[in-house]
Amino acid sequence: MLTYRRLVSKWWWVRKRTYFVFVMRELSSIFIAWLVVYLLVLVSALSRGEAAYETFQDFAEHPVVIVFNAVALAFVVLHTITWFALTPKAMDIQLRGRPVPDSVVLASQYVGLAVVSAIIFWLVTR
Amino acid sequence: MADSTGSIGLRVSRYRPGVDDGPQWQEYDVPLRKEWTVLDALNHVKNGEDPTLSFRWSCRMGICGSCGMNVDGEPRLTCGAFLGDYAPGPIRVEPLSNFPVIRDLVIDMTDFMEKLPRVKPWIIRDEEMSIDEGEYLQTPEELDAYKQFSMCINCMLCYAACPIYGLDPDFVGPAAIALAERYDLDSRDQGARERLDVLIEHEGVWGCTFVGECTRVCPKHVDPAGAIQRYKLKAAKESVMAFLLPRGSR
Repeated sequence: MLTYRRLVSKWWWVRKRTYFVFVMRELSSIFIAWLVVYLLVLVSALSRGEAAYETFQDFAEHPVVIVFNAVALAFVVLHTITWFALTPKAMDIQLRGRPVPDSVVLASQYVGLAVVSAIIFWLVTR
Repeated sequence: MADSTGSIGLRVSRYRPGVDDGPQWQEYDVPLRKEWTVLDALNHVKNGEDPTLSFRWSCRMGICGSCGMNVDGEPRLTCGAFLGDYAPGPIRVEPLSNFPVIRDLVIDMTDFMEKLPRVKPWIIRDEEMSIDEGEYLQTPEELDAYKQFSMCINCMLCYAACPIYGLDPDFVGPAAIALAERYDLDSRDQGARERLDVLIEHEGVWGCTFVGECTRVCPKHVDPAGAIQRYKLKAAKESVMAFLLPRGSR
């Protein structure tokens, strides 16, 4: 049978808003990885004493690093919002034989995030 | 034509095998009627202006799943896409994405038909009950557990919406995995293990990166994306169990 096969364009992900958000969500994992490395380097500098920590601070205060971290923060927010929104789809939670509504699963994640943030805030500022 | 409010343009993708090198656009003008769908407009063209225009359709009421096409770039059942929603037009009508085109708006569904039976979408029993023992009974709750996933009409809109299937045609795809979930959740079925063996492969559930478009375009609210993510959880649990437990106790 003679058929015509259409090729997928390299730019398929800019043609639809939902595709674009998906690709940005996938891309956000790179920035998550960056922030993990950043945190590890920070902890390592702290453990190596004052001089090492000051060197790290000089690095962190560099304008390029500040801009990059600001972009990374935006991607982390996107990552959090999009994955929180997808969680109810992946989890089929039953409570007393009834499915838990999506809104409850979604809200409980934000509550969890708020609680963890509050604990960290308290640890840092006490 | 009392209820007609002018006309609307249709930009239809045409491909005549052996004549055209690739798809070409053809424009038609159809009456813009409130109750007309894109399918009605295509039939209007075929019955009058151009009998050579080819497309699939049957029930025209969202049951048969044959009239799926890309309308203004979105996979839709054309029997449920009303002209008024696309006014002032023109409305772009193309064959479903990600499938080879046979002619005009007709796609080749061989790949989909080959994939469906791979997930064994039928009730599998370790031991069949004899007819004398009666039927397999099911409570309303047991029916509810899988009913949503049984609503699929095989219209393939989810395959047209899925960029993963477009990029990697080996991916089993949304509808087939949702169908596997339909049988896994059926209280009469005992074939989950056999289906998992097929779906745990890379071309199975792990091919999916959760774009979620399949669920968005599904005209029957089957939620294939949800089914795939649940399957991933099942597959991950199975892998952890296989790692932790000796074979006999699984």
